[in-house]
Amino acid sequence: MIKHKKPTAFYETFERKGHNDTSTHYCPGCGHGTVHKFIAEAIDDLGVKDQVVFLSPVGCSVFAYYYFDAGNIQCSHGRAPAVATGVRRVHKDAVIISYQGDGDLAGIGTSEIIHAANRGENITVFFVNNAIYGMTGGQMAPTTLNGQKTLTTPLGRDPGRDGLPIGMAEIMNAITAPVYIERVSLSSTKGVLKTRKAVRKGLKNQIDGRGFSFIEILSPCPVNWKMDPVEAREWIAGNLEPVFPITCFRDACSQDQKDSQIAVEHSVESDQIPFMDDKELVSLLKVDALIPNLEILNLEEDQLVKIAGFGGQGVLSGGVLLAKCGIAEGIHATWLPSYGPEMRGGRAYASVILANDEIGSPVVDEPNVLIAMNGPSLDAFEDDVVPGGFILVNSSIATRKVKRDDVSVLYIPASDIAKKEGLTAAANVVLLTIYLKHKGIMSTETLRKIIPVSVTRKKFINTNLRIMDKALEYYDNNVRI
Amino acid sequence: MSRLLMKGNEAVVHGALTGGATHFFGYPITPASEIAHAAARYFTASGRTFLQAESEIAAINMIYGASSAGARSMTATSGPGLSLMAEGLSYLAGAELPAVVVDVQRAGPGLGNIWPEQSDYNATVKGGGHGNYSNIVFAPNSAQEMCDMTRKAFALADAYRMTVIILSDAYIGQMMEPVNIPETVTFSKRKDWAVYGDAESRENLIVSILMSTLQQSNHNEHLQEKYRRLEETCIEYEEFGIKDADIVLVSFGICSRLCHTVAMTLRKEGYRIGFFRPKTLFPFPKKAINRLAEMKKPLAVVELNTGMMADDVELSIKGQSEILRYNWLGGQMPTVKELAIKVTDDLGKLRKAGFGGKS
Ligand SMILES: Cc1ncc(C[n+]2csc(CCOP(=O)(O)OP(=O)(O)O)c2C)c(N)n1
Ligand code: SF4
Repeated sequence: MIKHKKPTAFYETFERKGHNDTSTHYCPGCGHGTVHKFIAEAIDDLGVKDQVVFLSPVGCSVFAYYYFDAGNIQCSHGRAPAVATGVRRVHKDAVIISYQGDGDLAGIGTSEIIHAANRGENITVFFVNNAIYGMTGGQMAPTTLNGQKTLTTPLGRDPGRDGLPIGMAEIMNAITAPVYIERVSLSSTKGVLKTRKAVRKGLKNQIDGRGFSFIEILSPCPVNWKMDPVEAREWIAGNLEPVFPITCFRDACSQDQKDSQIAVEHSVESDQIPFMDDKELVSLLKVDALIPNLEILNLEEDQLVKIAGFGGQGVLSGGVLLAKCGIAEGIHATWLPSYGPEMRGGRAYASVILANDEIGSPVVDEPNVLIAMNGPSLDAFEDDVVPGGFILVNSSIATRKVKRDDVSVLYIPASDIAKKEGLTAAANVVLLTIYLKHKGIMSTETLRKIIPVSVTRKKFINTNLRIMDKALEYYDNNVRI
Repeated sequence: MSRLLMKGNEAVVHGALTGGATHFFGYPITPASEIAHAAARYFTASGRTFLQAESEIAAINMIYGASSAGARSMTATSGPGLSLMAEGLSYLAGAELPAVVVDVQRAGPGLGNIWPEQSDYNATVKGGGHGNYSNIVFAPNSAQEMCDMTRKAFALADAYRMTVIILSDAYIGQMMEPVNIPETVTFSKRKDWAVYGDAESRENLIVSILMSTLQQSNHNEHLQEKYRRLEETCIEYEEFGIKDADIVLVSFGICSRLCHTVAMTLRKEGYRIGFFRPKTLFPFPKKAINRLAEMKKPLAVVELNTGMMADDVELSIKGQSEILRYNWLGGQMPTVKELAIKVTDDLGKLRKAGFGGKS
């Protein structure tokens, strides 16, 4: 009709279909063939054959790779826009075509198409709307018209039961990012010519790096509509077009559209950080690395520590500090948090194990050290402490005494000490300092070295170090005998 | 050697990047989210790609695209997300695309809870989606292995053109341990089958549909042959105390940490306890386990599920020894003490039944 020579973007013969085959698998009068031809011609004319990555959907066009002499990826039902996203993030220069039917795009794949559009992926989507599921033999599609008879609507689509036909171009038009949204139709020669133009524009936009283009094509499926090809085209004009208006919804690349700038800006790629080489990468990954002391600590006894309190009291971060001290001393350490929704309720605890040998289970069920930062955690864990163990109580908050008489106990007003220095949240540092000191686990200097590399808010490093000094002062004045 | 204290979940990202990964697509879910957080930080900062997908369905299909395009890509999820990926995993297998998927298991079915279970064993080791296919499945039990196995996963995925799953659990993902960061980055060579959007790769086709029954049958045979090859090359396991053992604890992931402690503790008390841990669940160390059974070692399979790996153990040993199934569900974990008592109790019973005995 437009050109008689076969586009070179098609294979000469369709070997993937069958030896020396030259005909397509589409039924007579099917719209897919026409759309394929326009795409192939546009690829030729735009000179991008080598760059094309053609994504075929699940539907009658599943075998598009029989025909297109291009890189081909066959996708699962409805997911081509997500697959296209994956390809796009790898190859900036590929020309990516997502070719989809109405079951594929408007039914099972609504999520993927909406989000690819919303990200403004620089791809071109050809949406062939034939108001039916072709490949599976003619069931209702989301685009099937009211009253239209299909295998699954034998009495006709009932809007009360099935809803109304869905307008995907209209939905696309509610999203800011797409640069080009047009609905065309294969009902007439004029419509066919417009379709050809729209196909080109959609591909050109992508080649120019403009962003997401969406072309909906009303297309005949004579077989499942139970019509001959001529009737089918008439049916599009008489029945589909009134429901799915032939409109250019957006053409941000043309001069006369006001919203053009928003859309184009939206689709500009933001992924600008240069690709690091291996050396840079490894040093990035190691920024926070600790170099352990050459002399490895030997613990008298493995430390099975439970630190517990309210969320926000530095329970988890206190545990991290302790585990890091272990690493710096060259011994083995594990840290296991309580996590998830229960943390929001204010019950937090961390299990920390320091050991000379490899650590098996990281769970501390029976601690030999309990650091109780509030009353409820003393209540919860006091009984779990092994006989002979050690309980360190934040007496600023936990007011009661430990009931057990087979454990050693220290009461330290940790929150008060920290508060005096203006950082109540560092009560954990007070308790850790005194624990290390009192039990002689390791030099408190190790903790002093760990704090600067661990505290995330850098302006609090000095306060934390000062609070360590105050804790030691308190210990010397009140505890040490 | 410099060491970093980090969560198992964060270690995954260090392993991935040094394993040559360039693309991460993910959707948040507890207890796997820290993987996405760390990926967002490090993939982005190093000029690689991190993208939060709109769903796990989209994430696995983005991987399908990126992998088709020749890149090393990955995602991380937990139970409900894994279920949504089932179709994608099957397509990846059918199209023979390399991919790496981390599953930080939580308790199920349904929304379940976020505490550790190992109940995605069947969903990963037995494929998960439709059709005749398998994934390579690694079962790390430390933050270091989360790093190292993920790193290795990318090379294996490329070599065998298949999905490698890192089957972790809430505790292995959430716990922090020191990790040695690999010093080098492995890289992905150009793949002669991938689609690069250039002249050289124009003939390439990524597809999982095979219309002729014979072709589909042959393709299946080819996949099965590939899986058999894995049994020769990829099996990894760890064991100790087997020779004199009166009972062998068989476990993976977090349970193996527990069993390790129990075995060591009981050995000190004079019990002869062996320890066996598959590091690969597919391919499964059938021969190594069968050898234990030939030695007539009773096997106690300790799992946080209904006995899914115990089924594989049973298949491996062909009735040659006793299997005891120790199972905890719902996010519950035995304490070391509880497990030790169970083991010593059963040792007593076994002795009465004529198996081994404490010297
Ligand atoms: C997950 C999944 N569900 C269902 C199918 C079956 N199926 C194949 S094609 C198709 C409908 C295709 O219709 P459409 O997208 O309108 O394309 P057409 O065949 O009309 O061109 C369906 C439901 C499938 N392949 N995969
Ligand atoms: S069933 Fe319909 S859509 Fe499919 S090839 Fe035939 S005419 Fe075309």
